Amino acid sequence: MLEIKNLKAKVETDEGGKEILKGLNLQIKAGEVHAIMGPNGSGKSTLASVLTGREGYEVEEGEVLFEGKNLLELAPEERAREGIFLAFQYPVEIPGVSNTNFLKTAVNDIRKSKGEDPMSSVDFLKMIKEKAKLVDIDPQMLGRYVNVGFSGGEKKRNEIFQLAMLNPKLSILDETDSGLDIDALKIVADGVNKIRSKDNAFIVITHYQRLLNYIVPDFVHVMYEGKIVKSGDKSLALHLEEYGYDWVAEHLEEIAK
Amino acid sequence: MTKTEIENTDLKLKLVSDFQKFEKSLNGKANSILNKIKIDAFDCFNRLGFPVKKLEEWKYTNINPVLKHDFKQSTQLAKHTLTKDFVGKYFLKDAVNLVFINGFFDESLSDKITDNDSCYSGSLAEATTKFGDFVEQHFSKYADFKSNSMTALNTAFSKDGAFIYLKKNSVNNIPVHILYISDAVNNVMLSQPRNLIVLEEGSSIKISEDYFTVGSNYNFTNAVTEIYCAQNSNLEHYKIQNDGDNSFHIGTTQVHQERDSKFSDTTVSWGGSIIRNNLNSVFNGTNTECHFYGLYLLDGKQHVDNHTLADHKMPNCFSNELYKGIIDGSATGVFNGKIMVHPDAQKTNAYQSNNNILLSDDATIYSKPQLEIFADDVKCSHGATSGQLSKEEMFYLRSRGISENDARILLLNAFASDVIDSVKIDALRIKLYHTLQLKLKS
Ligand SMILES: Nc1ncnc2c1ncn2[C@@H]1O[C@H](COP(=O)(O)OP(=O)(O)O)[C@@H](O)[C@H]1O
Ligand SMILES: [Mg+2]
Repeated sequence: MLEIKNLKAKVETDEGGKEILKGLNLQIKAGEVHAIMGPNGSGKSTLASVLTGREGYEVEEGEVLFEGKNLLELAPEERAREGIFLAFQYPVEIPGVSNTNFLKTAVNDIRKSKGEDPMSSVDFLKMIKEKAKLVDIDPQMLGRYVNVGFSGGEKKRNEIFQLAMLNPKLSILDETDSGLDIDALKIVADGVNKIRSKDNAFIVITHYQRLLNYIVPDFVHVMYEGKIVKSGDKSLALHLEEYGYDWVAEHLEEIAK
Repeated sequence: MTKTEIENTDLKLKLVSDFQKFEKSLNGKANSILNKIKIDAFDCFNRLGFPVKKLEEWKYTNINPVLKHDFKQSTQLAKHTLTKDFVGKYFLKDAVNLVFINGFFDESLSDKITDNDSCYSGSLAEATTKFGDFVEQHFSKYADFKSNSMTALNTAFSKDGAFIYLKKNSVNNIPVHILYISDAVNNVMLSQPRNLIVLEEGSSIKISEDYFTVGSNYNFTNAVTEIYCAQNSNLEHYKIQNDGDNSFHIGTTQVHQERDSKFSDTTVSWGGSIIRNNLNSVFNGTNTECHFYGLYLLDGKQHVDNHTLADHKMPNCFSNELYKGIIDGSATGVFNGKIMVHPDAQKTNAYQSNNNILLSDDATIYSKPQLEIFADDVKCSHGATSGQLSKEEMFYLRSRGISENDARILLLNAFASDVIDSVKIDALRIKLYHTLQLKLKS
């Protein structure tokens, strides 16, 4: 589904470009869940930004193929319509735009791009109710402005709710667990597990192993200074939890072997 | 002399001769109170001339392009081709709709005027013949022409406009919607509607003024609305203006508020070539409250200038102002918000903010708060912002599959919504949102 080859990318800063991704490789197939773990600043969010087309990043080398298509030349909305979804580490507040209107526009713009008619209001409301249940969101919240006045946990749940509404092929969860208490974490993980299928895939970016007890990954990758330095199965996450990221730094050469 | 000054003089000369004709037609009635005011006013206009950029108040707005055209004025309702069906499309449901063509009341196109124990809403010309004494008590008592040549010009030529009068304690739940149509189908017209709105003690009503153009000739509206809000009255007033590229509009809304009265205005400018809105409220009693909301959506070479004044003459009054602009193309917006707090006006609360979104590199905004505070126990604040749409918000929306254009529309709609939501006539608010959508989509 997704193929990242030798990806090198810079972030544009006031002092010029700063290289963040330094030759990253990753392959993801339908039905798989990949966890990416790594210390703060290792480039996890940058990878998510580059994959979704956020402004301010420059790809210097390498390629990203999504179902065989060159992802990097598409606009953010085109990537979303191809089936890529990012649950933001920091969901954006949009005063004046209601959740419902936002999602209705999203659903219908995606349908339009496929030559389909807009969804009827009745069907849309039905879908909203059904998906809100998945992440235990109070439908009342949907009349409110996007993320405005939401608690940290509500924002994260809202991200997963949007994911459920848009039904993407590849979802990237960027530290969706941060700021969640254990109950909220379970709700979010539960929602993801229900959405998980043989046809879709997930990249779960996280700092801690905790989330992976609930969303069990098929692969775990360790990211360090802009590269994936080690990949393994879910036991790698436990190992990291035990030894910490310092262990990665200290045993970099060993690990790479 | 420069070329523009000569042309300026041309239009002025024409107005001088128009006024002389009017004076001749008076046939010995020149001494009536109203006519004396008009003669005084013209004299004033003659001395002051059209506003020039040298004046501080007109620093950012050059009206020379207006003065190049050979505008005609009617002296009464002229023949026109507008049908009831056509005009009806602009009516508000559940309102009394009054239609003025080039400044003159057209009874045949309008809803039935209101004339009962509690309320009169109809035309100033008719009111002047029916209850002249009452009109004389209020006409030209609030909108000063001594220092404002455009108000002087309007006063001198004032013949007709809306007249709305609410008697003591009458609460009118049916809004009045006034349509001012510039008929620019066949002629190059100057219209000068003159409106008078009087709310007696404890009365309330909602009134909207809707200015627009039909036809593509050059046209120029110079409007004045005088408003008197007696003690404890409550007026919701709206001014919508939606003209074409060949339209010029200068309008003054002058409000006089007595104690415990509440006035709220929302001014929406959708378009036109050169637009100048003056909105002034004078607080002549304690505990008065006023709200000014404004929205301007500009594109092309449009120029919209909003000048407001909250004149705190008395203690314990509250004014709040929110103006928002969306400016595209090489259009220009001007916002000048003056808050005047006189020495006696202790315990004043006065707030103001002006926010602008510039959608192109060539769009311009001149935003100027003007706080003149001569009392010490006051709470005043002001703020102005201008910038682009938030990149973060745009990306968030687009990352959900929303097209760039739809994302922009969502955000601009949200930006404008707190101004549009200040409109309390449901049908008008819905219409404004509809117009906003249409304008944003094109
Ligand atoms: N917009 C930016 N401007 C400057 N530096 C940035 C920007 N975005 C990311 N960085 C830097 O890039 C590095 C990687 O950041 P990020 O991808 O957010 O890491 P992670 O998500 O793994 O914590 C950090 O050193 C961070 O400071
Ligand atoms: Mg991050």
